[in-house]
Amino acid sequence: MNLIYTRTKTIQEDKVSGFCPGCMHSTVIKLIGEVIEELNVVDKTCCITGIGCCGLHMDYIAYDTITAPHGRACAVATGIKRTNPESLVFTYQGDGDLAAIGLAETLSAANRGENFTVIFVNNGIYGMTGGQMAPTTLIGMKASTAPAGRNAKEHGYPMHMCELMNVLTAPYYLVRTSCNTPANVTRTKNAIKQAFKNQLEGKGFSMVEIVTSCPTNWGMDALSALDFIQDKMLAEFPLGVIRDKSKEAD
Amino acid sequence: MTRIFMKGCEAIAEAAVRAGCRFFAGYPITPQNEIPEYFARRMPEVGGVFIQGESEIASVNMVYGAASSGTRAMTSSSSCGISLKSEGISYAASARIPMVYCNVQRGGPGVGAIQPAQQDYFQATKAGGNGGFRMMVFAPSTVQEAIDLTYGAFDYADRDRNPVLILADGVIGTMMEPVSLPEMKPESEIEAIKQSKLKWACVGHELDYPNRSWIEPGHWNTADMQKANEEALKVYEAWEVNDVKVEEYMIDDAEVVLSAYGISGRIAAAAVDKLRAAGIKAGLIRPITVSPFPYSSYDKIDYKKCKGILSIEMSIPAQFAEDVKSAVKERCLVSTCLCSGGNIMSEQAVIDGVKKIMEGRV
Ligand SMILES: Cc1ncc(C[n+]2csc(CCOP(=O)(O)OP(=O)(O)O)c2C)c(N)n1
Repeated sequence: MNLIYTRTKTIQEDKVSGFCPGCMHSTVIKLIGEVIEELNVVDKTCCITGIGCCGLHMDYIAYDTITAPHGRACAVATGIKRTNPESLVFTYQGDGDLAAIGLAETLSAANRGENFTVIFVNNGIYGMTGGQMAPTTLIGMKASTAPAGRNAKEHGYPMHMCELMNVLTAPYYLVRTSCNTPANVTRTKNAIKQAFKNQLEGKGFSMVEIVTSCPTNWGMDALSALDFIQDKMLAEFPLGVIRDKSKEAD
Repeated sequence: MTRIFMKGCEAIAEAAVRAGCRFFAGYPITPQNEIPEYFARRMPEVGGVFIQGESEIASVNMVYGAASSGTRAMTSSSSCGISLKSEGISYAASARIPMVYCNVQRGGPGVGAIQPAQQDYFQATKAGGNGGFRMMVFAPSTVQEAIDLTYGAFDYADRDRNPVLILADGVIGTMMEPVSLPEMKPESEIEAIKQSKLKWACVGHELDYPNRSWIEPGHWNTADMQKANEEALKVYEAWEVNDVKVEEYMIDDAEVVLSAYGISGRIAAAAVDKLRAAGIKAGLIRPITVSPFPYSSYDKIDYKKCKGILSIEMSIPAQFAEDVKSAVKERCLVSTCLCSGGNIMSEQAVIDGVKKIMEGRV
């Protein structure tokens, strides 16, 4: 018999996942682990973890990790990568972390073209603190701090981080994927792999934005959350490569 | 040893480079701009990294990252900028990451005044950030002392795996003085220091779960969090025994004792000489570490002879005086000599304060 699939060694077997049912953080963490193994870089990987549900993986991943203050992951990553250019450095951040409190750190790192990778898990809401409005919350979507739903007049519009970064000159690779279907999971894995390869080749800043669900705080079961991604989230956050400098003619 | 003429801020930066600092990130603010500017020129010469961060918050977190990778790293700012850094400092203290930072104090609160002050004493010594952590805080009173303390600060930071603060002020930072510089640590030693941290540094490890690097500035589990705080406390308590630095000047026979730190301490020392020349037996206690505070120095005062203590600082309201009072324990009167707003302490104000004590006018 041929072994065609096995569990990634970058996740501890004896640990119990702290994620809610239907949460896609665990999917993304698995994909990252598989990519790290396939690229054979486990021994030089550093994950800079943001504050939020993204931090729940720290206990059971098997590679180096450090918690950054809320929003500061890209600054911490800058310090680590600049002093250890051989390491594979990536940040792992939610939308509140990356696009609200950490907006300055995120955009400034992208603008400097830092040679690390940002994995941005966009679930449209603040997960860990219980469903408050995020910069990426959709118009009309309810949040505990926008009980009547987000309205543009008061709260502005959902922020598109890939597009925002696309006006900067330095970023090398900006891509938006999702994990709502098996095909999209595969695309997400490929995007992460491409982003890590870019870094290993010294190409500069890459960001993979992954549109995910938060069934608990969306007030939905896991399957309805998949439909919500497809019908609502992806209508606002279209998937695809926003920039890939490797494809640009020199 | 050759002596050269150097400005305080640049001297602090050069001392850090010679101590093996190879990463600096900072954000412009007067009166410490010469620190980042000096590093910007100097770091490329020694293979180090300089980054002008987009804010104090970003800069301190870059340092938190660089230090977490095992590199000797530093940041600096002044007063309101230090408030922004307190987030990263608290994280470094909680995660037990060694780093050095410098506060070239200006007037405050708020944006304050850009001129010299000592308005950040409580912030420096009692609560450099949330969570009740402590740091060693060194307060230089000359440019030479700023050099020596900065050079040594990296060793303390590494030994304790804790942030260390150089608490300077706008006078120390912007004044030029003749100094001699410590030797440049050889690259081999700097590399060895970095290697010695590899066990915990976040740079990547072989697949080996118990021995990977997990830098945790907090804990989900309450027992773990309490344990971390208890471990830190042991480090703080050891400072009181081993690491207090203080200048005690003519206190044995003193009938009046002056106490001050940093630039005020230097002005007070000059006042002591003048008072002695005028027949008043004055002495001085000048804490060099304001944390740990040299409480026991105040036990050496002969309280039968001493008419009072004059606590001198460039801060209104007084802050340093609170530590002096708790060291004196009501064994004699403590009065204060204060200025603020960017005004520099005058020797005459100190002498007048002493005379008031001697004449029983306080
Ligand atoms: C300075 C600071 N402010 C606020 C918090 C509280 N907090 C923890 S997680 C979080 C939001 C996380 O949301 P997001 O980044 O979207 O990540 P998610 O939990 O959805 O994965 C907040 C506000 C904090 N820990 N630190």
